[in-house]
Amino acid sequence: MIRYGDTVAVDKLSFTGHAGQVLALLGPNGAGKTSTVESLEGYRRVDSGSVRVLGLDPDHDHAAVVGRIGVMLQKGGVYPMLGPAQVLRLFSRYYDDPEDPHELLDLVGLGAVRRTPWRRLSGGEQQRLSLALALVGKPRVLFLDEPTAGVDPEGRIVVRDIIAAQRDRGICVVLTTHELAEAERLADQVVIIDHGRMLAEGSPAALASSTADGSVRFSTESGIDTDALRVLPAPPAGRSCDPGNGGHPRRMAGRPGPGLGRSPHRSVPGGGLSGHHRAPGGAPLGAPRGGS
Amino acid sequence: MRPLKAQLRAELAMLATNGETVFLTVGIPVVFLLFFSAVHVLPTGTNHPVDFLVPGILALAVMSTAMTALGIGTGFERGYGVLKRLGATPLGRPRLLAAKIVAIIGVELVQAAVLVSVGFALGWNPGGPGGAGALVGAAIGAMVLGTVAFGGIGLVLAGTLKPLVNLAVVNGLFVVLLLLGGMLIPLVKLPAWLADVAKLLPASALSDALHGTLGLGIAVSARDWIVLVAWAVAAPTVAGLTFRWE
Repeated sequence: MIRYGDTVAVDKLSFTGHAGQVLALLGPNGAGKTSTVESLEGYRRVDSGSVRVLGLDPDHDHAAVVGRIGVMLQKGGVYPMLGPAQVLRLFSRYYDDPEDPHELLDLVGLGAVRRTPWRRLSGGEQQRLSLALALVGKPRVLFLDEPTAGVDPEGRIVVRDIIAAQRDRGICVVLTTHELAEAERLADQVVIIDHGRMLAEGSPAALASSTADGSVRFSTESGIDTDALRVLPAPPAGRSCDPGNGGHPRRMAGRPGPGLGRSPHRSVPGGGLSGHHRAPGGAPLGAPRGGS
Repeated sequence: MRPLKAQLRAELAMLATNGETVFLTVGIPVVFLLFFSAVHVLPTGTNHPVDFLVPGILALAVMSTAMTALGIGTGFERGYGVLKRLGATPLGRPRLLAAKIVAIIGVELVQAAVLVSVGFALGWNPGGPGGAGALVGAAIGAMVLGTVAFGGIGLVLAGTLKPLVNLAVVNGLFVVLLLLGGMLIPLVKLPAWLADVAKLLPASALSDALHGTLGLGIAVSARDWIVLVAWAVAAPTVAGLTFRWE
């Protein structure tokens, strides 16, 4: 559990990432993704529960852990007056056996702006430099907080290719995203969290085809029109719908259609997973892809 | 050693290539020295102002580097998330701090060399009739304590305030301590109550120690040592307790 004052940011969340796998923490802004990743990176102590990275406690064994992990923060983290080449060379000297900074610059496609101060790089270039900085120490575990946020489409391809290549090298990649499509595209394993709690876990394919007990449960804080659920047309054979009441979870059983969160009941007015997960100012987490 | 050396080189390069820092740490002190030794408007109590100005401006130089340059730079690094990001590298906080301290001492050596050279060129006669040779050690000791004290004050502000607020407060404090620190204006020219308050500040203790050792050829007073040591212990302690890395 992670608290900020009286606010519980993360609670009852449990998952394991594996070498050679990409694990995505998927959830809307404020779901507790960053708090979770930062507890793995050793930035904050958990108030209860346990966190292990490569078998070590990232808080207590901080010095041993930081040499073996690569970290990409959601924002900033770079001297604004230094250029990519300078920053990468500096960071490479922190590690015993670093990557070659020049090769890394070319890998992330920043060769042409190697001397441009960080503050004059575009948002996408800054993100790619952050990614290069996460890679420079040849980490065994990579933590990427929203690695494709604010990155132009071309840059996204670069970032995705690098993540896949790291996975294929046997690196454990843990990333956060609020974009469903990114999680589906990048991850071998997806952990969906909201309000600091785990809602579902599994491979994108498994999550899309069914949840553990074949049902999708959800609840909302503001309440939805449960009467609308009651008057739904009779569900197809093998599916049932239990609107519940009050603040209790509503429950639906059956096989959601293809695509994460594309649940059979998404036509429910004002309800559905997408309503529950709508991220303020961001893309709705559970929104169906392709606008179909 | 490799991470420390790399960090030290980066810190020095950033200090040396930052125009504001160079102006603050070298430009302002040299301009003050040249201007006020040529234009006798300060109540230095001597008809050879450079003898008063060199020690006072050396104290000013220590303050500008250890408090202002360190405080503003560190505040912005904190605001940009640099300090946070470095926390997830093997560099570690002790080596980051060590690199910053050594970089500051390096800047101070450059400042001292420039100011002493300009001072001699302007006819500075250190130590008065007795000469200052024997007291140089005490002067350096006072400057080291001053560096620790001012560095601690800079880090207290950098570690707790937002970068732009920090920028304003550090600069404001710089001006207040410049006026009340006896660096350009002797404390005897202040109202008695204000002088009594000012005597408890690290700025006045350092400038008094340097005026004595390098100007008049007299030893550092017990009060100056006590004030300097107290600030050199208290300020870094408070910084250590209050500093927020992000």
